[in-house]
Amino acid sequence: MAVVVELITGRTLDQGATVEEKLTEEYFKAVSYIELNQEDFKQLNLKEGDRVKVTTDFGEVVVFAKKAELPKGVVFIPMGPYANMVIDPATDGTGMPQFKGIKAKIEKTEEKVKTIKELLEAI
Amino acid sequence: MQDIVCTFCGSVCDDGEYDLKKKSVKKFCKLGSSKFAEKERIKAPMIDGKEVSYEEAIDKAVEILVNAKRPLLYGWASTANEAIRLGVILAEKLGGVYDQCASVCHAPGTLATIEEGVPGGTLGSVKNRADVVVFWGSNPMEAHPRHGMRYSISAKGLLVKDRKQRKVIVVDVRPTKTAKIADIFIQIKPGYDYAIFSALRAIISGNADAVPSEVGGVAKEKLIELADIMKNAKYGAILYGLGVTQSRGRDRNVENAIKLVQLLNRTTRWIIWPMRGHYNVVGAGEVPAWEVGYQYAIDFSRGYPRFSPAEFSAVEVLKRRDCDAALIVASDPVAHFPRIAVQHLKRIPVIQIDPYPNMTTLVAKIVIPSAVYGIEAEGTAYRMDCIPLRLKKIIETNYWTDEKILEEMLRRVEKFKG
Repeated sequence: MAVVVELITGRTLDQGATVEEKLTEEYFKAVSYIELNQEDFKQLNLKEGDRVKVTTDFGEVVVFAKKAELPKGVVFIPMGPYANMVIDPATDGTGMPQFKGIKAKIEKTEEKVKTIKELLEAI
Repeated sequence: MQDIVCTFCGSVCDDGEYDLKKKSVKKFCKLGSSKFAEKERIKAPMIDGKEVSYEEAIDKAVEILVNAKRPLLYGWASTANEAIRLGVILAEKLGGVYDQCASVCHAPGTLATIEEGVPGGTLGSVKNRADVVVFWGSNPMEAHPRHGMRYSISAKGLLVKDRKQRKVIVVDVRPTKTAKIADIFIQIKPGYDYAIFSALRAIISGNADAVPSEVGGVAKEKLIELADIMKNAKYGAILYGLGVTQSRGRDRNVENAIKLVQLLNRTTRWIIWPMRGHYNVVGAGEVPAWEVGYQYAIDFSRGYPRFSPAEFSAVEVLKRRDCDAALIVASDPVAHFPRIAVQHLKRIPVIQIDPYPNMTTLVAKIVIPSAVYGIEAEGTAYRMDCIPLRLKKIIETNYWTDEKILEEMLRRVEKFKG
């Protein structure tokens, strides 16, 4: 079972408060999850803390799943190394990659969420 | 100590109180408090993970930079203007590329400003005059937590005296924390900012007939209502965020928003301004602008500055594998660039100057720790509305400042390059 959604990324208060401590558990927790609408969450048969694999044309990443107030079909990953595994690097001549509005496939997975260091090795 | 200046976000709050005994700050938000809290630091300069002296690290760094064909000098948003100035000169001497964090943040707004100009104003004018504030794709309650109380939501101004006299509107793709405290929340479909700006322009210029019944997930009636509020404002402000610059359309979205503001200014007064992220990301653009004429994506390989974001922005340079060394100052591109750009940073020698260990530290050949501006060092920074503020030094440190490290680098580079 998978759902196809539109992925956006962005700042959160926790991401900001830990951004100068990137090698800590707190930062890992602040950036390694995805928020989904309740219906999408249910459709994937997820429980809070389950892991999902996010796949786009540009890469894939495993993150923890969370329910949140979002429109159906829109998912959110805090800005950071996990989001950047799957965003669109094309800048259309502006220098700015497309960090928001990327088509993504989300499915439940048993794979583990990589640590920051493991993620860097996988890049 | 009173009136401490915060060096976290672009709001650069200047009313903090620092307790020297507890080593903590009062009045600031969660982000500001985290900035002033004690945390892990890079202990000493390192080459390949081995601790060395500042002089040894700088010698090695300069050797790498002068031998590189085209070094990339990137970062600059979390350091003082004095250091940025030296960074620009260094890029010129090395024949390298200068780019800064805005190129993955608000630079599309810079491109739009080049095309259209910017009807702008300071945060003071927003606080004192704005009776309508539209947060468009921005979420200050998470990114600039005190912006609302100091300037734009509940701020008590000279003419607009309190929250009741100010209408706050949020346009976003999701109900953010800022949307929850707004008077009106308009939820749009991701990537439809451009179309909605166009629809508003059509309605305001008397061409509502041309607007379909729904645009980007918003009913036409709601757009007409928003257009009326905008037209009837005495002093309005569109404060836009990355929702506009990082979505489909990027610079064209901002350009269209500026055109909307130009139209509104035929009958009333509106301004538009970006909600800048890092405390001195404005300086990272303003300083090279007054030094060499451009804000970012500047190449010096021909001996004179050339601006071209499609070629010389850090992400494009790295994607093309068009740099053979990188100096990263006060930034963490390994955590914040797309995967394909990070891949090249892993291939080339990286020199990092930063107070804190981060993901770039993990790939850096040379790591040079520095003092934290606003805590351990003084300097000048531009607040998000281009107002320069003096950053204070409140505690002593043995760490060198970015300015001193760059000064030493420049002195050595000049020996090689003249």
